[in-house]
Amino acid sequence: MACKQAASQEWSGKIDAYLDGELETSETGVVAAHLHECAACVAEALSRVQMKRSVQIAGKRYAGSAAMREKIAKSIAAKPKKEGGWVWKLLAVPAVSLLVLSIAVNLYVNRESGRRKRVYSELADLHVSALASATPVDVISTDRHTVKPWFQGKIPFSFNLPELQGSEFTLIGGRVTYLAQTPGAHLIYQVRKHEVSVFIFQDRGEETASLASGPVHAISFNVENWTQDGLRYFVVGDVSTDDIQALSKLLRDAR
Amino acid sequence: MSATTFEDLAMPLFDQLYNFARWLTQDTVEAEDLVQETYTKALRGFSSFQLGTNFRAWMYRILRNSFLSSRTGLKTMVAIDEETEEKLLPAENTTPESILIAQASRDTVQQALADLPVPFREILLLCEVEEMSYQEISETLAIPIGTVMSRLSRARKALRVSLAKNDGGRHGM
Repeated sequence: MACKQAASQEWSGKIDAYLDGELETSETGVVAAHLHECAACVAEALSRVQMKRSVQIAGKRYAGSAAMREKIAKSIAAKPKKEGGWVWKLLAVPAVSLLVLSIAVNLYVNRESGRRKRVYSELADLHVSALASATPVDVISTDRHTVKPWFQGKIPFSFNLPELQGSEFTLIGGRVTYLAQTPGAHLIYQVRKHEVSVFIFQDRGEETASLASGPVHAISFNVENWTQDGLRYFVVGDVSTDDIQALSKLLRDAR
Repeated sequence: MSATTFEDLAMPLFDQLYNFARWLTQDTVEAEDLVQETYTKALRGFSSFQLGTNFRAWMYRILRNSFLSSRTGLKTMVAIDEETEEKLLPAENTTPESILIAQASRDTVQQALADLPVPFREILLLCEVEEMSYQEISETLAIPIGTVMSRLSRARKALRVSLAKNDGGRHGM
């Protein structure tokens, strides 16, 4: 049974991506519909599925020995402390304690500073990549009563969105996002043709829990963040601090 | 992330990494050395591991780069020229034998996989055995997603061609 599409390279790639679960949602429907009505393509898809399974089974071929696993585990485990003479220990304790304390403080400060940078740069990336995307939001609506319920079941918490009547802000929509493997809500607002991202996460992640609330300027964006009712809010945008603060206030007062 | 140790993250990957290393090197001793080297390098570089990026892809990338710089890796890793691949591999159409090929025995598929050039073998293993997404494969092999898709497609064709040959040999076709 001949199928004109089956011979094309592009179609072949689409079938592969479909079976690999990598096809865009919009194209998945097209491929699925075609497979419903084309026996030739169904046969082709079936043989590819069988091939995938064969490779999956055949590919799981080798296993490392228990001895090797143990050797590697030992080589990467934290090294045990060496036992030394007690006199040296006694003498060394105060000096080492001081040294350790100062290193620990430095490490802590550096780590906290690094952590803050990482969080802000990750948020800036999320903001920019969403705006650069062809589909910046998964739920498109200016109505908070449409956007908020859309997140139900998609993220493990609920939040309030403000009434925007009388303000300069418009809600564009939202999408589910992740910060340090933690799911959260990403909302996009518009103010005078500028897009501002609002990120909401549960405030329990190690990455965000220790962040100081307040405005910052990071990677050319203005950012405000605060915690409220166990949630951590971030407002990120290239608009002025006043705009960021105005939107933050609306969100804080949302009931 | 600091609460999670390198060991916690890395040891669960041991079996998979060894399997992948063994497929790449085709040698037990070299595979063991490669895995050991991977863990050592990864532990050393763990502090620079970027939070929020994919740890598994990172480990595979270290393993693969170590392999590439090894003697066997330098010898076996042939450059894949996209155009050359096109010429080498004729467009494949649905044939009744493709069903037969897909049902080839485990040994036959293993032999066909082992016979593939390393770039084809590794991408098939990452996709089918490790069930990595195109994004993860792209990160592991440091190639764009478009190249992941085209190389994967060619690798699958190459495997079919190889299996068809073996099948033809067995059945005198």
